[in-house]
Amino acid sequence: MIDSLYIAWQYIRSNRIRTATLIACITLISFLPAALQLLLGESERQLMSRAALTPLVIGAKGSSLDLVMNSLYFSDEMPELISMEASEWVMESDLALPIPVYARFHARGNPIVGTTLDYFDFRGLKVAEGRNLALLGDCVLGARVAQKLDLKPGDSLLSSPETLFDLAGVYPLKMKVVGVLQKSHTSDDLAVFVDIKTTWVIQGLGHGHQDVTKLKDPTLILKRSESTVAATAKLYHHTEITEKNIDSFHFHGNTSAYPITAVIAVHYDDKSGTILRGRYLSKDESLQIIKPEEVIDGLLQNIFRIKNVLDAVISVVALATIMAVILVFALSLRLRQREIQTIFKLGCSRLTIVRLVSAEIFIIVLTSGLLCGVMIMVVNQISNDLVRALFIR
Amino acid sequence: MTLKNSIMIRIRNLDFNYLTGDFHLTISKLNVEEGEKVAVIGPSGSGKTTLLNLIAGIVPVINGNIRVEETRIDSLNDAQRRNFRITNIGFVFQDFELLDYLNVTDNILHPFRITSALNLDENVRKRAIILAEKMGIGDKLKRQTDNLSHGEKQRTAICRALLPHPKLILADEATGNLDPENKIRILDLLFQAVDDHAATLLAVTHDHELFKRFDRIIDFRNFQSEGMV
Repeated sequence: MIDSLYIAWQYIRSNRIRTATLIACITLISFLPAALQLLLGESERQLMSRAALTPLVIGAKGSSLDLVMNSLYFSDEMPELISMEASEWVMESDLALPIPVYARFHARGNPIVGTTLDYFDFRGLKVAEGRNLALLGDCVLGARVAQKLDLKPGDSLLSSPETLFDLAGVYPLKMKVVGVLQKSHTSDDLAVFVDIKTTWVIQGLGHGHQDVTKLKDPTLILKRSESTVAATAKLYHHTEITEKNIDSFHFHGNTSAYPITAVIAVHYDDKSGTILRGRYLSKDESLQIIKPEEVIDGLLQNIFRIKNVLDAVISVVALATIMAVILVFALSLRLRQREIQTIFKLGCSRLTIVRLVSAEIFIIVLTSGLLCGVMIMVVNQISNDLVRALFIR
Repeated sequence: MTLKNSIMIRIRNLDFNYLTGDFHLTISKLNVEEGEKVAVIGPSGSGKTTLLNLIAGIVPVINGNIRVEETRIDSLNDAQRRNFRITNIGFVFQDFELLDYLNVTDNILHPFRITSALNLDENVRKRAIILAEKMGIGDKLKRQTDNLSHGEKQRTAICRALLPHPKLILADEATGNLDPENKIRILDLLFQAVDDHAATLLAVTHDHELFKRFDRIIDFRNFQSEGMV
């Protein structure tokens, strides 16, 4: 057999282009369905495991998929905003623990997630380095964000303006990195966590500035009365929250009306969950309550329907490729008729001739298999991120 | 039936024709003795190459019988003929039959790689190098056959035929297209191999100047008239 492999190897070496083309065809046609299956399996695992661990989500009526994708995976598709009152209402109902989520802003391409400390307990997130959120302006980084941006506790991170020319809108806020989370292999690894009030500061709903009662520059005062002072736009606003200026930060109006994107409701028991769900059934209700598992299940059904179509397409392509490969081997055999005739004349047995041809096929198929295996291993290694890039974010 | 040891090839009442065409070969009697160096001559199309193919079992015998030593070629099946050929016969083909994707060394060693009846060991490899050097192609062992001259290809084919030390060497125009100096050199080597291993040589040739070096000459024109030697 070694001699047959040696001769086959010599033949392959002298027909490099033909062999490389064959190997590429066989490798790709084996790799594509396997990789697709792997990625879909991983996407199902990622989507479903997180959805299953999130009991209920309350958000604005509209696309339930956008709501789930934004509140669970911090995707860019933002649902209609709701007010903080929705969270307070759940708290008052005493049916579930509300965890407000405001996932709207970004910092260097990573989502900023405004929430409360309950979120970390709920997701089981542990701080690997530094400490957890304590002050306004603090941020805690997901493991991958810290790695990607090369940030550690003590560094700072600037939030990104929503649009470059939005002069009257969201100003960048310099956030202080106080901690880095342990890797969780979920979307939390790719998020920047801040207290929900910090997101409101980023939005401009809360701010810090010079004490207007002590201003001496008359150009900074628009109107002064006994109870109020109206300042001009010239007034200096802090873009960073520090120990010195933290007391100057304040919020105007009722924070219950401030925006959030969703409330994760962790019901205390099944009965509480059922009652809570029932309270959002009214047609006049502007909020919806959803079970993420059901939404993701529907999404996966669609993905698998698409996969079935893809499978059918790949099957047809595979069939065509296999036929082409067989044709190439058949043509190759015809080209090698003279060689087969030669070894027949030398006295080679039929079995050895079959073995020589089989050895060539064996080497090509084995090489393709190995290549396919290596590629699958690479995809497997990066499937976590790849799935997030392809299917989630 | 036991035959005398001195007869290497014994042909009786051979009557052969291809399925198509009007070619016809009839040999009522032909003997070639062991160790004999026989030249086969005759006009083109008279059946010289067919005779070699019949003796080697490349073409099956239809009527008559052919013996090589004590083996009746005409009674062997295809697999037996192949096995007999690779272990007993060294064939130098007219068009060399070299494999273009193998280098000179691998072509010479090729029979050892396509049968378990021949054992490829270090000794065989050394002999292949010595043989190639004797043939004047020792410096071209790693060269692909596409890059060899006509004469070099011919010498490679002869090396391949001689390496397994066959009892019977069948050479179909082994010295054709070679310059006079190389013709002599290769014939010397063929004869040397025959003498060294007590082999028998049956060589088709058109080189009249070489006739005198053979023990005997079989002229195929005789078969067309009386079919007996």
